[in-house]
Amino acid sequence: MTIEPLKLVSSRTLVLTSSNIDTDQIMPAKFLSMTTQNGLGVHVFSNLRYTDDGTLTNHELNSVSGKSCKILVAGDNFGCGSSREHAPWGLTDYGFRVIISSSIADIFKANALKNGLLPVTINIDVHEWLLRNPGVYVTVNLETCLVELPSGMGSHSFEIDSFSRYCLLEGLDEMGYLLAQSDQISEFEDR
Amino acid sequence: MRKTLFDKVWLKHVVVPETETHPATIFIDLHLIHEVTSPQAFTLLSNRGLGVRRPDLTLATIDHSTPTLVNHDGSRPYVSDEARIQVETLLKNTKKFGIETHGWDSEYRGIVHVMGPELGATHPGATIVCGDSHTSTHGAFGAIAFGIGTTQVGHVLANQCILMRKPKTMAINVNGKLNRGVTPKDVILHIISLIGIGGGTGYAIEYRGNVFEEMSMDGRMTVCNMSIEAGARCGMIAPDAVTFEFLKNRKYTPPNYENSCAEWLSLSTDEGALFDKEVNIEADMIKPMVTYGTHPGMGIPIDSFIPKSNNSAEKDSLNYMQINEGDKILGIKVDKVFIGSCTNSRMDDLRAAASVFNKKKIASHVKALVVPGSAQIKALAEKEGLDKIFMDAGAEWREAGCSMCLGMNGDIGLPGELIVSTSNRNFMGRQGPGVRTILASPETAASTAIAGILEDPRNSKKIK
Repeated sequence: MTIEPLKLVSSRTLVLTSSNIDTDQIMPAKFLSMTTQNGLGVHVFSNLRYTDDGTLTNHELNSVSGKSCKILVAGDNFGCGSSREHAPWGLTDYGFRVIISSSIADIFKANALKNGLLPVTINIDVHEWLLRNPGVYVTVNLETCLVELPSGMGSHSFEIDSFSRYCLLEGLDEMGYLLAQSDQISEFEDR
Repeated sequence: MRKTLFDKVWLKHVVVPETETHPATIFIDLHLIHEVTSPQAFTLLSNRGLGVRRPDLTLATIDHSTPTLVNHDGSRPYVSDEARIQVETLLKNTKKFGIETHGWDSEYRGIVHVMGPELGATHPGATIVCGDSHTSTHGAFGAIAFGIGTTQVGHVLANQCILMRKPKTMAINVNGKLNRGVTPKDVILHIISLIGIGGGTGYAIEYRGNVFEEMSMDGRMTVCNMSIEAGARCGMIAPDAVTFEFLKNRKYTPPNYENSCAEWLSLSTDEGALFDKEVNIEADMIKPMVTYGTHPGMGIPIDSFIPKSNNSAEKDSLNYMQINEGDKILGIKVDKVFIGSCTNSRMDDLRAAASVFNKKKIASHVKALVVPGSAQIKALAEKEGLDKIFMDAGAEWREAGCSMCLGMNGDIGLPGELIVSTSNRNFMGRQGPGVRTILASPETAASTAIAGILEDPRNSKKIK
């Protein structure tokens, strides 16, 4: 099975400056009762986007310009807490393809990579600049592993696990790779 | 080469070694599943025409979306049709694939991280995964245990393996004598406040030192459970006589138990083995702890003052909690008290809470919920008469489940309410929109329920 390949993402950034944005905030538990995974984009950051009676707040995620953003820049330690994959499902359904932060939590990072959502950890100076300049036009190039900032601000490299990079570039999921190791798994089981 | 506990267990499970271009393929000895994070994985299997490779290494239960009340007619008051359907979907999927399931009719049903060890299915030296970040709990037995997402639940169902790069290792050494009133919960809250909510990111933690050696298995599980609150997917404690005693005569204790114990003992970190990072803590520096902010790293000794905010996120946090820098946290008015969750719902926790509640009444404005971790715990607590102590004090005694830890089953607070909770996360809105959470030990939670305000557990004569 394939997912949509990801090579180059160019977009304005949507910035959430808070550090330690946990997956409970990204996708509150009341939306975890579903048995499918589609359509979670309307619930992403629900507590920030809707008032108690369900009307929209003026949060940027609700704006027309926000909805065109494919790159989310967030404060340090993004995605901490619960392992719920509903968080990346919601973020991709909303339209994001890239998350940029100075640090991204382990389980969230693993889940994002399996859903065509690229987690980019970038050095603190670039991160701070991006947090201070919301809405700038940024290009993330997975082939060169560079984040290209607007003119004068240069290009900055990021690191990504080579296998995850390959899967994203080719639009492959890991299931096929594991299934192909069936004989080795059998040998291990017989040991 | 001298190896750590983590290294030894990891090496035993490598099916295909890690290379520069590929992660390792790691065999999983036990896959725990529950209703919330498995349905989409089963859908993935059926879409691709795949089966479950090792139903014999898979165990299921229902815990997150399950009501903790029972109607008079014996039916269960689900919070929504979706919640009921989710539970029914799990039962249907596991039946289809022949997976042992502890549903409503099982005497073992409970929070997945309470049930696994109780069944004796959690073995030292094993690899254990579950679509739940608190899988780190099982590390208390010297297992590599960590949470995974739903896609990986599908990988494990189909292949009994996951792809992963070896994390770095961190030793957290706590030595010395713990002060009066300091529980395992206080130890782990102290550790998280010290290394920070992201301090363990990229690491597997091993908790070392006499403090952990002297802890019961219930206490060790409380500590390992919250490893993820410091960002570490996995936290472990070397197996020893305390571990082996716990695992004796359980449903899934290995038949060759004596031999297994000898093998498990050899898993301990070799003398002089190197960790990527070491943290040393003196036990007598630790006091009873509570959180004051909106993540588990924002913890302070219960008798101290709210610290100054270092950044706007911490300021927002104090605003949300409706507390001020420089104020005492003791004495803050409390609306609800929750004793339960995979962190603190075991016998040690319930006995400690009951000893504080004994012959006392909870404050009239406080609603207190005591939710045992499993049907086994519920039965044992009732045998010891703990349920009566809780109910005589004015607390509610419920059916086992995750309950108010994340409120998926409808056990939540009202906007603005303050809940003192023995659970693991005080995130904004975790226990209901606008609800404020203070994390604490069962002793602190029980003392607080009686006082009606956040109370120092050391004021109770029952505290050792």
